[in-house]
Amino acid sequence: MIEFRMPSLGADMDDGVFVEWRVSPGEPVLRGQVACVVETQKGAIEVEIWDTGTMARLVAEPGQRIPVGRTMAIVAEPDEDWRAVAASPAALAASTATPPPAVAPSPIAVPPTVAGPPPAAPASTAAVSGAPPRPGLPPRASPAARRRAAELGVDLDALAAASAGAPINVADVERAAAAAAPPAATIPAVAPGTAAPAGAPAAAAAPVPGPEAAMRAAIAAAMTRSKREIPHYYLGSEIEVERALQWLEDFNASRPLAERVLFAALALRAVALALREVPDLNGQFVDGRFRRSEAIHVGVVTSLRGGGVVVPAVHDADRLTLPELMASLRDVVARARSGRLRSSDLADSTITLTNLGDLGVETVYGVIYPPQVALVGLGRVVSRAAVRDGAIVATRVVHATLSGDHRVTDGLSGARFLAALRARFDDPEAP
Amino acid sequence: MSTTPQTIRQAVIDSVQAIAPEADFASLDPRRPFREELDLDSFDFLNVLIELHARLGVEIPEADYGKLGTLETMLGYLAARLESA
Repeated sequence: MIEFRMPSLGADMDDGVFVEWRVSPGEPVLRGQVACVVETQKGAIEVEIWDTGTMARLVAEPGQRIPVGRTMAIVAEPDEDWRAVAASPAALAASTATPPPAVAPSPIAVPPTVAGPPPAAPASTAAVSGAPPRPGLPPRASPAARRRAAELGVDLDALAAASAGAPINVADVERAAAAAAPPAATIPAVAPGTAAPAGAPAAAAAPVPGPEAAMRAAIAAAMTRSKREIPHYYLGSEIEVERALQWLEDFNASRPLAERVLFAALALRAVALALREVPDLNGQFVDGRFRRSEAIHVGVVTSLRGGGVVVPAVHDADRLTLPELMASLRDVVARARSGRLRSSDLADSTITLTNLGDLGVETVYGVIYPPQVALVGLGRVVSRAAVRDGAIVATRVVHATLSGDHRVTDGLSGARFLAALRARFDDPEAP
Repeated sequence: MSTTPQTIRQAVIDSVQAIAPEADFASLDPRRPFREELDLDSFDFLNVLIELHARLGVEIPEADYGKLGTLETMLGYLAARLESA
């Protein structure tokens, strides 16, 4: 029996809202297959399963807020009978640690709607979101949510029942009020926290934070943690990329559009290869100590239309050929922008690259994304006059910066990295 | 097959909007750098060119990217390429 749990998609994630299953009980699942979709502050994420077997029992239900580490489904191993696994006491215990509702457990039935998320799995340190509402007990709601519910005339008991026992916050209350309200255009807006005038419909809700606000909050949380915990140091160096660009232009000249390689991919490769020479910048700082990573998974800062950024990983960036790296980068950027990222895209970057490409500013001093310990920034390519052999020549350069974590490295390591990066750009053909 | 300026313009608009659905050509100044105006990075731009190729059959070499800076120059370039094809 395998427990399929809510993954952690970054240091700033506590929980996710379950959206839908992509597999059914009895269906074989393969390692790497997308099993479900979860809504996070980074948008809707397709969650992959990392075991091969047969889906036995679906525990999570659409709309539930599920803490990181909580069991979402039970999977039978290849040599197990999935029906037996689904009905086994161990599966029931893992899927409902609270007493199961008074419904006969059926191996193929989706758990009944009153089954709220069970308490946190033992391995999880995440906050417990709640038990199913039980008759006679007050609904679980924050004091602010209770106050807001009273202001807006929202029935907390009904809301608690509808939210399957998950704790109710102010946003939930306001959403419920907005759903019950007549069209917004017909009622005057009321400032948040302002009670509706006596006699007015008690439904004039404050605007509910949308996905953009949620993403902004997630970015703020991660960056605040970074600035609080990480003693940053910053280095910068101008690097000539004329040779690399000319090589790339030759490379692309004979290739059709779909096979062309962008400078962003070449730069990503240069960063990954330079990192091999300074491995203390590559890894994660977890539980008070740095864990160097052999693999180089570069998180690529990707801006989204409509605001916000996500940082999906290009895995093993140092081991891919340039065309492979371009394909990988294209794939992940396209999926980030179309809202189809997968859990593996977000889980395990070992360093971040922010590349402002051919738009944007010349220099970027980035904020390290915890638990990583370094961030590489590349500005836009600009033309410069340079002195070579006593003569002035036109050339193209980028400003490369390194933000480093002083708990792990000093400026010397950062300087070595920038020197290695310069060497890589000087020799774009190097394997 | 003759390709009218209207056809080319529509192909450009469709190609850009396939990548940047919110792109507003009504308020776009055709003489200003449109990649900045429409916030198209190098990935977006490459994808726009791939879309254009699918619609017009014109494969634009990288060396000609400099001729595609504004909507006006891009339409002129495409018309010339289609004319000589």
